[in-house]
Amino acid sequence: MNRKHHEPLIHLVKRVEASQKLAWSVRIAAFLISFFLCAVISSIMSGRGLDFFFSNFFKGVFGTERLIWNLFHDTAIMLLIALAVTPCFKMKFWNIGGEGQILMGALGCSVIVNSMAGSYPHASVIVLSLILSLAFGVAWAVIPAIFKAKWNTNETLLTLMMNYIAVCLVDYFIKKVASSGTGILNFSNKVGLIGPVGNEFILKIVVAVVVTLIMGIYLKYTKHGYELTVVGESVNTARYIGINTKKVIIRTLVLCGVLCGLIGFLLVSATDYGLNSDSTVGGKGFTGVLISWLGHFNPLGIALGSFVYSFFFRGATRVGTIGRLGGSFPDVLCGVFLFVLIASEFFINYQIKFRNGDKIREYFAPVVNAFAKLKKRPAVVAASENNSTESDGGEKDLQESIKDEILSEEVTAESVSEEAPKEVSDSAEEEEK
Amino acid sequence: MIATILKEAIHLGMVFLYGATGETIIEKSGHLNLGIPGIMCFGAMGGCFGANLAANANAGAFAVILSAIFFAMLAAGGMGLLYGIFTISLRCNQNVTGLVITTFGSGVLGYWSSKMGSEGITFYQSSLYFTKPMFGNVGSDWFSTIFLSHGTLVYVAIIIAVITALILRRTRTGLSLVAVGENPAAADAAGINVIKYKYISSIIGAAIAGVGGAFYYLDCTRGSIEPGVIEAMGWLAVALVIFSLWRPGIGIFGSIIFGLLYILPNYVTGIGFAEKEIMKIIPYAVTALVLIIISFFNKKETQPPASLGLPYFREER
Repeated sequence: MNRKHHEPLIHLVKRVEASQKLAWSVRIAAFLISFFLCAVISSIMSGRGLDFFFSNFFKGVFGTERLIWNLFHDTAIMLLIALAVTPCFKMKFWNIGGEGQILMGALGCSVIVNSMAGSYPHASVIVLSLILSLAFGVAWAVIPAIFKAKWNTNETLLTLMMNYIAVCLVDYFIKKVASSGTGILNFSNKVGLIGPVGNEFILKIVVAVVVTLIMGIYLKYTKHGYELTVVGESVNTARYIGINTKKVIIRTLVLCGVLCGLIGFLLVSATDYGLNSDSTVGGKGFTGVLISWLGHFNPLGIALGSFVYSFFFRGATRVGTIGRLGGSFPDVLCGVFLFVLIASEFFINYQIKFRNGDKIREYFAPVVNAFAKLKKRPAVVAASENNSTESDGGEKDLQESIKDEILSEEVTAESVSEEAPKEVSDSAEEEEK
Repeated sequence: MIATILKEAIHLGMVFLYGATGETIIEKSGHLNLGIPGIMCFGAMGGCFGANLAANANAGAFAVILSAIFFAMLAAGGMGLLYGIFTISLRCNQNVTGLVITTFGSGVLGYWSSKMGSEGITFYQSSLYFTKPMFGNVGSDWFSTIFLSHGTLVYVAIIIAVITALILRRTRTGLSLVAVGENPAAADAAGINVIKYKYISSIIGAAIAGVGGAFYYLDCTRGSIEPGVIEAMGWLAVALVIFSLWRPGIGIFGSIIFGLLYILPNYVTGIGFAEKEIMKIIPYAVTALVLIIISFFNKKETQPPASLGLPYFREER
């Protein structure tokens, strides 16, 4: 039979080592594409022009000093949440229970504040509420870890269920102690809370920076970090080199629980001054999972990701408010934004090869070369062949950068088109001379 | 009294049954779709749109229901296709993609419902076609109250669940699908087109789950859209899949139990509001318990599909 028939039209090749330049250009392109997509969507929805989106978006993010503080504050909270779940993901323990673990931390803090504030010294209430927050957070994280380690219980589903148990427990607690029935527990007198330190934002920003540094060191330079990475890569390898995988799983989830408890504590004691099962965490536990994944489980990447996400979310919220598009509109835009960013990861990790790639490239070669000619540079394809020795250093760099670009677009192996493009390139050279 | 409670339980439970049947089909292909709540939101929008479209054209009851199902399936199936493209072709992480779909779906539903509200469009008139008992006015004895007094979509849910159960257990297609979820590499080697099965199951599964969203707003709430509720119900549907041990047949009874647990706090008297909140834990707690117990006994028949949540790329096996 004809061999070509068995070759699929498209096949994907994993890039052995994705170049940083390519990865970042894809990411930046994805960011710009999603940004413009959202601009178009909101201008259609609101019936106003594109400039409406852009002016309000940036006003909403950078308009006043307070808004800029808010941006960094949101980034810090998002960063903390994403960092908390990162060690689990690095270990391929799919903990999507960040939401519940943070909520339990918040509950722990509220329990102490509610029962002790006022009647005991301020400092002791804060210390005790921090301890109970951490304990609750750890409990909620370590239960799925124990079952995973012992009986290989599916951790994704178990942590998902525990999220909702946490929500119900918080609702129960609120209904129990606040008879008003609004579903919100309020500590607005701030007795027994940390309250604003400096300007109410700075504490969490400092904590986030410290945790980022510690997490970066923990994951990269400590034995613990190494062990959990090995468990994530392959459980069998880990066993073979003598890592106690059960211990590693439980230990990592304790760390996650401690961080989640801390976040819950900060949210109640230093941010919201209250507790509500709906808005205290408000889905950020799930978003943290996305950010952590988009940041490739690397603390610096996650920091960038949380900044970009908070930037986007705050701008979208402003556009939604001013354009009277309703409270859910930012979620719509963020959904679009995240879709594009997630899809872009594919183009970083994989090359697309077409069955008739050679033919297609031959077909487009004149266009590519004409384009190169337009830029008054020697054509790209032949560059590596003959004029690399002749051209000076600066031009060579340029050529290589163009080559990279075109390679990334066309995804070629170099083997193609020796003859036709060479001629064009020669003529281009002559013209330049 | 008991008959009324059971009737309500069956009625509401069908929302979970639609979601769980759809999710079971998807999970059988090895994909854990956490986007079910978002997909149900899309189904709800499509269903309401389709119902109003046909009702405004003065089509008959049958056409209204059919149009609602069609558009619900179209909208939800579209999201299923998107999920498939992301997780199967673009090889993104399944959990991440699912969570984005959930965020996106509930956001779009919230936006859409506020827009509909501001334009004064309601679905009450269309919902009359759905709340009308399928068998007309039957007697008020317990049997007819429990089993015969429901709208059409309740029976459709049960029929879909039974057909799905039969297909999964008794047909070649179903067995191939199970094989894909258990061991995609072996299935591939046996000549099953793994990619095709994964795509089709994620589209069909999403479409069925989407009808659940439409059913909830067109029948259970009589056309009033309260965003947020369907998201919580979507998570319960994901829970029901585990509770029913990945079998739509058991899912029928499981959904009624879930429905009962969901509405029970409204009927129990003599306890405070706080205790009612505690009762809402039961479905989640029971599901978590089931999950732990099946992993503890580790019996082959009751396990999740072996490659659930794991990506399958032919080149990397």
